[in-house]
Amino acid sequence: MQDGYTTPDGRQIGPVLLDLKNITLRFGGVEAIKNISFDIREGEIRAIIGPNGAGKSSMLNVISGFYVPQEGEIWFKGHRRGPMKPYEVARLGLARTFQNIALFDGMSVLDNIMTGRMNMMKASLFSQALWWGKAEREETANREQVEKIIDFLEIQNIRKTPVGRLPYGLKKRVELARALAAEPRILLLDEPMAGMNVEEKEDMCRFILDVNDEFGTTIALIEHDMGVVMDLSDRVVVMDYGRKIGDGTPDEVRNNPEVISAYLGVAHE
Amino acid sequence: MEFLYASEVLVNGLMAGVMYSLVALGFVLIYKASGVFNYAQGVMALFAAMTLVGIMEGRVPFAHMINAAFGVHVENFGWTVPGLLAILLTALVMVGLAIAIEKLVLKHLVGQEPIILFMATIGLAWFLEGLGDVMWGADVKVLDVGLPQGISETVETVTNNWLGYGFFIDRLDIWAAVIAAVLVAALVGFSQYTKQGRAMRAVADDHQAALSVGISLQFIWIMVWSIAGFVALVAGIMWGTKSGVQFSLSLIALKALPVLMLGGFTSIPGAIVGGLIIGMGEKLFEYFVGPMVGGATENWFAYVLALIFLVFRPQGLFGERIIERV
Repeated sequence: MQDGYTTPDGRQIGPVLLDLKNITLRFGGVEAIKNISFDIREGEIRAIIGPNGAGKSSMLNVISGFYVPQEGEIWFKGHRRGPMKPYEVARLGLARTFQNIALFDGMSVLDNIMTGRMNMMKASLFSQALWWGKAEREETANREQVEKIIDFLEIQNIRKTPVGRLPYGLKKRVELARALAAEPRILLLDEPMAGMNVEEKEDMCRFILDVNDEFGTTIALIEHDMGVVMDLSDRVVVMDYGRKIGDGTPDEVRNNPEVISAYLGVAHE
Repeated sequence: MEFLYASEVLVNGLMAGVMYSLVALGFVLIYKASGVFNYAQGVMALFAAMTLVGIMEGRVPFAHMINAAFGVHVENFGWTVPGLLAILLTALVMVGLAIAIEKLVLKHLVGQEPIILFMATIGLAWFLEGLGDVMWGADVKVLDVGLPQGISETVETVTNNWLGYGFFIDRLDIWAAVIAAVLVAALVGFSQYTKQGRAMRAVADDHQAALSVGISLQFIWIMVWSIAGFVALVAGIMWGTKSGVQFSLSLIALKALPVLMLGGFTSIPGAIVGGLIIGMGEKLFEYFVGPMVGGATENWFAYVLALIFLVFRPQGLFGERIIERV
């Protein structure tokens, strides 16, 4: 297990990429996350599940730097990560989506996705303004990459549409595209299937699997729909009331009595 | 002849409108990027103009305080700084001001209601006004960076030859129009075609999303306030050259309000068109209707027009449509 493992469907999972050690997060007197440790390995699809209010989103916000935990350590690529601002975490190569969609409503789909490549543009302001030399090459290269992602997620026909006008399901897809555009080391998805109908959910599942397969992107996702997660992920962390109550492959987790009781309730004598 | 005179009034109105637009532009920039209505924009123009005069004349900043504290008598360094260099130095001061505002005020108010930020800018306005007075003295200053002034003889001769009627147009107004056009072109180019411009629009739209793609809010805010400071400097130069650098300069900000209501708070072209309409409308209204109501309509025309707009088109001509989803 030290240097990875092979999944049942034959994919090779690499070494630990992100390691969370004894994370505790408090809001005033409330402990949203209680002493949780787990890791995310290179190339795997890792899910965090749990009932509403279990602290899943808080966990994702800790990973992406939106919350700073009071206790615990975060190790990324073998280095300990100090307290960081969200934009610094993004520059490290952790891209994310939000539970309630955070897109730039006033901009077109294309512009939205281009913002994902913000940190890959290095040309000076002067050459950008004149559309000259390095700036031109950079913009062209970035556009090519973005067009690839647009093709991949099948949103060619809405490229120029302002995002504010799109229906919910497509917005979710654009948000995924923007996160992908950053070519992240880890892609963090906060309830990517929330509020979707069955067809949209199936599409999203397919995209997540394809992203992992095609680009080899490591994915961590949050979901409260057990069924979806079990089919999708390689390993699952289960949270309840801020504690970790299970961690392992979908099959292991499914048979864990504590998990079953958290989801189905326990018959008390 | 009547028609020609009316057209002269119209052209002069447009020129005056450009001056309003210059001030309105600063408001739009900050509003777009941070959703803050910056009440201090007018005072920033005044402060920039005061600093410019102070640097050009080689005045010692805080001279009064230094004299009082140390019992010395200093007024001037004894040198003068040429206009262009002084403008550059003042622009640097405005960048410094932007950094100070971000570090001391905005940073501590992240995520607060817009009304709180608005109140903070009112405080900022009073503070800056006082700071300007303490630094450079409260006397009325003459600003002359070498911009041409007075009635343009070329325009008068040309129009006289063509139309048989000489237009009186101030050369300063013509320059203001040209400078405003260049400024707007540069700003639009910046916000549409550069990475920083895209980041600026992103921050304006959604803070969380901007953070998640690796944009530093702090950097963008400093950048936007610096640009707004620079625009304030340009407005300060124009207005200061026209009517002297004095407290009333900060009140031009009030005229920018109706301009914004007309053009929309979020549109750079809107600020320009709004300014032109107000400037033009003001002068024409005074010319045609003024005599019937006893004159002095310029004082209230802009506000009444803005009021009408608020009733029928609250987002202004170019503002984003307000859609209420239920």
